Amino acid sequence: MLTEKMAELKHRLIEYATLVEGMINKSIKGLLEKDENLLEDVIEREEPKANNYDREIDETCTALIAQFEPLAKDLRTVVMIFKMNKDLERVADHAVNISESGLFLIVRPLVKPLDDIRDMAKTASLMLKDSIDAFVHENAALARDVCDRDEIVDQIEDKILEDMANFIREKRDGIRRSLHLMRVANNLERVADISTNICEEVIYIVEGKDIKHHKGDATDPTTGI
Amino acid sequence: MEQEIIIQIKDADSFYGPKQILKNVTLDFQAKTVTALMGPSGCGKSTLIRCLNRMNDLIPRFRFEGKVLYKGIDLYAKDVDITDLRREIGMVFQKPNPFPKSIYENVAYGVRIQGITNREFIDGIVEESLKRAALWEEVKDRLHEPALSLSGGQQQRICIARALAVKPHVILFDEPCSALDPIATAKIEELITELKKNYTIIVVTHNTAQAARVSDFTAFLYLGDLVEFGPTAKIFTVPQDKRTEEYLTGKFG
Repeated sequence: MLTEKMAELKHRLIEYATLVEGMINKSIKGLLEKDENLLEDVIEREEPKANNYDREIDETCTALIAQFEPLAKDLRTVVMIFKMNKDLERVADHAVNISESGLFLIVRPLVKPLDDIRDMAKTASLMLKDSIDAFVHENAALARDVCDRDEIVDQIEDKILEDMANFIREKRDGIRRSLHLMRVANNLERVADISTNICEEVIYIVEGKDIKHHKGDATDPTTGI
Repeated sequence: MEQEIIIQIKDADSFYGPKQILKNVTLDFQAKTVTALMGPSGCGKSTLIRCLNRMNDLIPRFRFEGKVLYKGIDLYAKDVDITDLRREIGMVFQKPNPFPKSIYENVAYGVRIQGITNREFIDGIVEESLKRAALWEEVKDRLHEPALSLSGGQQQRICIARALAVKPHVILFDEPCSALDPIATAKIEELITELKKNYTIIVVTHNTAQAARVSDFTAFLYLGDLVEFGPTAKIFTVPQDKRTEEYLTGKFG
């Protein structure tokens, strides 16, 4: 009985993750290709869908705990899905933020080439995709690999921040455009961060180890050893 | 899910002598689902389930007022044949109660008393019923041994097979696991989940965890009142009535 319910719950989470991953990709594509329709689609059509998944998965997790008293790996999975649901809801919000800034930026001249935004988005989006794959296949090695990639995204964000600061200093113009572009970078950085959170949750499901806050150095949360 | 209502209880009051047990209970049961009736001892849940196939008729000084409609037919109407009724709405009791006969004869009993004698036909029914009760593999080589030689959990599944043999549409379970160990209990629970594909199941239980696991709908009764009825997932997460909340969090009962 519980086995089937767990399979259904996992299936719903994967559907939700696929939607949210698509939202990030679409928001970046809309920005890079100056496609207003894609950006509006994220905000108006897809975000409400994401909210529905969020509500439904929350309710299912709560009901599953109440009805079936899951234990051991089942319990870890339900509790982590509860967290991943929250994670995905945040990613959907970031897609909306990127789309909003995208709508501001695409009708104005560029403050700088978007190559590094493209690279950053590629890395962050792949991290998100791999974090979900790690969950689907219970692949702790892939999950650890994703956590190691967080640094790359942070470095690109630092570079964009530096570029923007220089741009504003030199031109004394385009401040709003610069801030919007910075917002895009910052939201992508958050997506990468959240992907590492999902991976930490996957490792906890698969191995029962808590690697939060001290990457790779696993501690047993029950004994602290 | 198809939403066909198979049994309707309307304004049911019941009494043992002067004492009122059920108080104005109105409740619908959806076909091919599991409904759990839960509540503390003395809340009226067993009385309620026994109203559905008129088992209470056997109790002296029992009185029922109101209506029970099975597929729209009033079960308490004068022209209702109780034997026919109990063939449609079967029952499994708290303690396994196989007859002191062989496994085969226990399951064949309901068919035989209908006057059917065709051996092949009865063999088919016995096999099918034991399979549906998830017992066939365990007993197929010893069908003629006494049913009472089986374990408690197996005896309970014999009783389920016996109920299934007469092709009921509804099966009532009155605390079906209270005399069984946890492993036999898990088997019966799995079986109930499987049976709901073909039958409407109503289960009385004082075990809230069991109600939560096996049922689609839950009714909570307290002191003869139907306090709350709804989808099990809702009842166990956000009950609407304070009494349900208190019962589930162990404040009473």
